[in-house]
Amino acid sequence: MSFRLRVDPIVCDGRGVCAEFFPERVSLDDWGYPVVDDTPIGPDLLQHARRAVAACPVLALKLEEA
Amino acid sequence: MSVAAPIVDKAPAPERLPRLLADVGAAWVTLDEHRRRAGPIPPTTRGPRVDIIDAVARAGLRGKGGGAFPTARKMEAVAAGPGRPIVVVNGAEGEPASGKDKLLLTRAPHLVIDGALVAAAAVGGREVIVCVDRQTDSALESMQRALSERAASEPTSIPVRLVGVPSHYVSGEETALVRWLNGGDAKPTTPPRPFERGVGRRPTLVDNVETLAHLAQIVRWGPAWFRSTGTRSEPGSTLITVSGAVARPGVYEVPLGASMQRVLTRTGALEGDVVAVLVGGYFGTWLTAEQAAAARVSCDDLARYGAGLGCGVIVALPRDACGVVEAARVVSWLAASTAGQCGSCVHGLASLADAAGAVARGRAPRDAAMQLVRWAGQLEGRGACRLPDGAARFLRSSLATFHREVDRHLRGADCPDHRKVLPLPNPVRDAWR
Repeated sequence: MSFRLRVDPIVCDGRGVCAEFFPERVSLDDWGYPVVDDTPIGPDLLQHARRAVAACPVLALKLEEA
Repeated sequence: MSVAAPIVDKAPAPERLPRLLADVGAAWVTLDEHRRRAGPIPPTTRGPRVDIIDAVARAGLRGKGGGAFPTARKMEAVAAGPGRPIVVVNGAEGEPASGKDKLLLTRAPHLVIDGALVAAAAVGGREVIVCVDRQTDSALESMQRALSERAASEPTSIPVRLVGVPSHYVSGEETALVRWLNGGDAKPTTPPRPFERGVGRRPTLVDNVETLAHLAQIVRWGPAWFRSTGTRSEPGSTLITVSGAVARPGVYEVPLGASMQRVLTRTGALEGDVVAVLVGGYFGTWLTAEQAAAARVSCDDLARYGAGLGCGVIVALPRDACGVVEAARVVSWLAASTAGQCGSCVHGLASLADAAGAVARGRAPRDAAMQLVRWAGQLEGRGACRLPDGAARFLRSSLATFHREVDRHLRGADCPDHRKVLPLPNPVRDAWR
C-alpha cells in the first residue's frame, strides 16, 4: 500500500514545519506556503511523512491512501 | 427508449439557431406562451429517471459554466448518492465580461426553470434552489415573476426556491454556493464535492443556467435534434458574450465549432482593428489576431492554442488598448477577489498584481517578466478553488501574447493614453453571508 501527501490550503497557515521535517517531498513557495509533491510515498519515506503530518500545528497535512 | 416520445403536441422542432434565444426579445414571455412553444416537461418522481440521463449522455451536453464537464456523468454521480438529491441552479455569473446567464435569467426564466425541473426529474431530486447574484435586481425580479406565474397556474411537483447569493467573484464556485446554502460564508471549500455531499449533506447537482436551458430542449426535442448542429465531439449550440472592439457587443448563440472570424465579423469588428482576442474570461487565454482568424468556437479547437471556451466570453482588444495594462488591471482585480482563505492565493496574487502593475507603469526591474512567470508556476493547484490557477494562466498568456509590449514596458514605457477595455466591476461591498 502506498500513500500520498495532501495539504488543505484553507487550513494551512504557512508555519513551514512540514518542509523542515520532510524536505524530500515538501518545499515552500516564495510566500512560505508548502508545495507538496503528491507522487506516492514508498515505505522508505513513510516515517518522514508521518513525522511531518504529526508536526503540523494546524493539522493541515494529511496522508491519504494512493 | 426515447425521452422525446411522450411529448403531446406536434409542434415541429426548431431547425435553425437561435434555440435558447428563440423567444428572447423585448416582451415578457408568459408561462402560457412559453408552454405552447416549449412543450410540457416530464414530472419529477421519487427515483432517478435513467431515460433522461441517457438522453443527455447521447446528446453529449457539457457544462456551460466554464468546466465543460459532461452533464450526464455529473447527474449519474448525484443520482447514485444516498438520499434524494438537491438541484442548484447556478445563476451567480460572477465573470465580469459574461452576460449570457443574466440574459437567460431575465428573458427566458421559464426555460431555465424547465431545465432545473428536468434535472430534478433526472436525478430524483426533492428540491430546486435557484441561485442568483443578489445585486442583480433584474434577474431576481424576472425569476420571481416567473415563479409566481408557475405558482398560480402550474404548481411545480417539487419546491422551487429563489435565493440571492453574495455578490463575489468566487461565490459562484459550486462549493461556495453549497457552503453558503448550508449557512456558511459564500467561499469555496475543499472536498467533499457537492455531488457527494452538498446542501443539507445531500448529494447536490449544481448546474449552470445555460446548461439547464439546453437540458430542457434536449428532453423536448431529443438528442438527435441537439446534435444536428455543432461538431461530432462538441454537439449543439452555445452562448457567447462578445465585447471589446466590436460594433455590436452582446450575447450570441452560435453552433459549437463556428468560425471565430465569422463571430467577429458578425458582431462588427473592424478589419485590422483587433490585435488580440481574449477567450474564456479572466481564467482564459489570449489569441493573437492571426490565431483568432483561424480558430473555432470549440474547446477541442481552442486547445491547440492552450485555450478553452470557458463560460463563452470573447473580448476583442482594439489597437488603441494595451495588453500589458489590461493584464495588470485584471490581475489586480482578481487579487482583490480572493476569498482570503488560502495563503498562496492571498499573497501570491498580491505579488502578481504588484509586479504586473509595476510593469504596466514602466517602473519594473528588467527581470520582472521572468519573476512573474516563476510566480505563476508556483500558483497552480494551490488553492481550494481555481482562482490562483486562473490568474496564473491569464498572466502567462498575457506575457506570451504581448511579449513585444512587455519589452517596451520593461524599457520604461507606461501607456498613459491607452483605452481601458476589459470590464472590471467596482470592488464589491458585500458580506460573505
